Amino acid sequence: MLGKEIQILVGKEIRLELKQKYVINGILLYLLSTIFVTYLAFENAITPETWNSLFWIILLFVAVNGISKSFIQENSARYLYYYTIVSPQAVVLSKIIYNLFLMAILSMLSFGFFVLLMGNLVINIPLFLFALFLGSLGLSSILTMVAAIASRASHNFSLMAILSFPIVLPLLATLMKISRTALSTMDWSGTNGFLAILLTINIAVVLLAYLLFPYLWKD
Amino acid sequence: MARNIFSINQSMFKRDWWKYLSGVLLLYAILGGFIIKIPDTMIGETIRNLFFHVGMWFGMFTMLITGFIFSLRYLHKFDENEDIVAVEAVNVGLMFGFLGIFTGMIWANFTWGAPWVKDPKLNGAAVGLFIYLAYMILRGSIDDVHKRAKVGAVYNIFAFILWIVFVLILPKLSGESIHPGKESTPILPVHLDPALRFVFYPAMVGWILLGFWIMNIRVRMRKIKLKIDN
Repeated sequence: MLGKEIQILVGKEIRLELKQKYVINGILLYLLSTIFVTYLAFENAITPETWNSLFWIILLFVAVNGISKSFIQENSARYLYYYTIVSPQAVVLSKIIYNLFLMAILSMLSFGFFVLLMGNLVINIPLFLFALFLGSLGLSSILTMVAAIASRASHNFSLMAILSFPIVLPLLATLMKISRTALSTMDWSGTNGFLAILLTINIAVVLLAYLLFPYLWKD
Repeated sequence: MARNIFSINQSMFKRDWWKYLSGVLLLYAILGGFIIKIPDTMIGETIRNLFFHVGMWFGMFTMLITGFIFSLRYLHKFDENEDIVAVEAVNVGLMFGFLGIFTGMIWANFTWGAPWVKDPKLNGAAVGLFIYLAYMILRGSIDDVHKRAKVGAVYNIFAFILWIVFVLILPKLSGESIHPGKESTPILPVHLDPALRFVFYPAMVGWILLGFWIMNIRVRMRKIKLKIDN
């Protein structure tokens, strides 16, 4: 039942996105121009440390920009319609899954563009890609939930950023630790604890979204 | 009939004993904290800050847990009073947080040579302040009372759990903190000198009780204000 609802809702998200192509194109252009600006600004200062920091910070900003629209585009009449036909859990899980697709694509693109402009400094590519995938999942679930919260408040543009930045930090700090390892050594052994934390954060956040979202969507 | 202000009403004492206890403990902590002979450590007399700075952290933590619990209770019962307790607990927690950072800066300036150093524990405290200041701004931007309480409670629960990961789990793993209290649990400093413990533990209890006292007064103030407004 829930699975079927999620499937339909994810399909709806994808169709909606393809119908309004300017939104996704806007995010893509944002990603490319941000990376290009940093490339020009940091021309002679790219060390593995700066590469790592820049990559995750840019990805964070792209994610906030890409996901913040998740709930704002739904007007209250459409909410009312969902209310009669699907469960709230299906709504939030479908948004998380859709945003995961989006983030997976965006993070792969930024990785590709980074490599193209600033060179590939990643030594352990499987570990880096694994971190990228878990990072996409974490970013999409935390930011989807924050977008749902921010959409309930009135006219506050910076709300999405101030609400999400401090609570995204545990995820981001862990990701940066793992990818720093991926940038310096082929050895996986030092990262086991951090990978465990990353998985725990992901599971906890999805669980919290599943439990808390029903309180958010009823007025 | 004129009442002697020093005569304590029996039933009032039964209700408010913990407030008196807090006053007595803190008086003991302040007097004892400045008078007792301290062990000879590298940081000299500044070890006395232990009774005050650490108390701020205990107070902040207790208040934020209280806020978390009352947010959960709000989502369970949708009783407005639960929300008032939650928000006032966070307010007092923020106050403790700012005072903790302030007392910590004085101490850090002496022991580490700079008011702020890059350290997981310090960052955790700062991130806590960011989270709860954002919580206040979120509440401020919603006009409807019930919606504000509900959205606030959801954010509080969500943010608190992620903050716990950041302050309690991550620093253990990265293991690069220079801040004391790492080898033991973050709650109880095991390596504390016995001479200091006689003041330290009562002081901590006193600060926590003081937090509940301030919270209690603020909750009552807010309820009266609500009554007047209606």
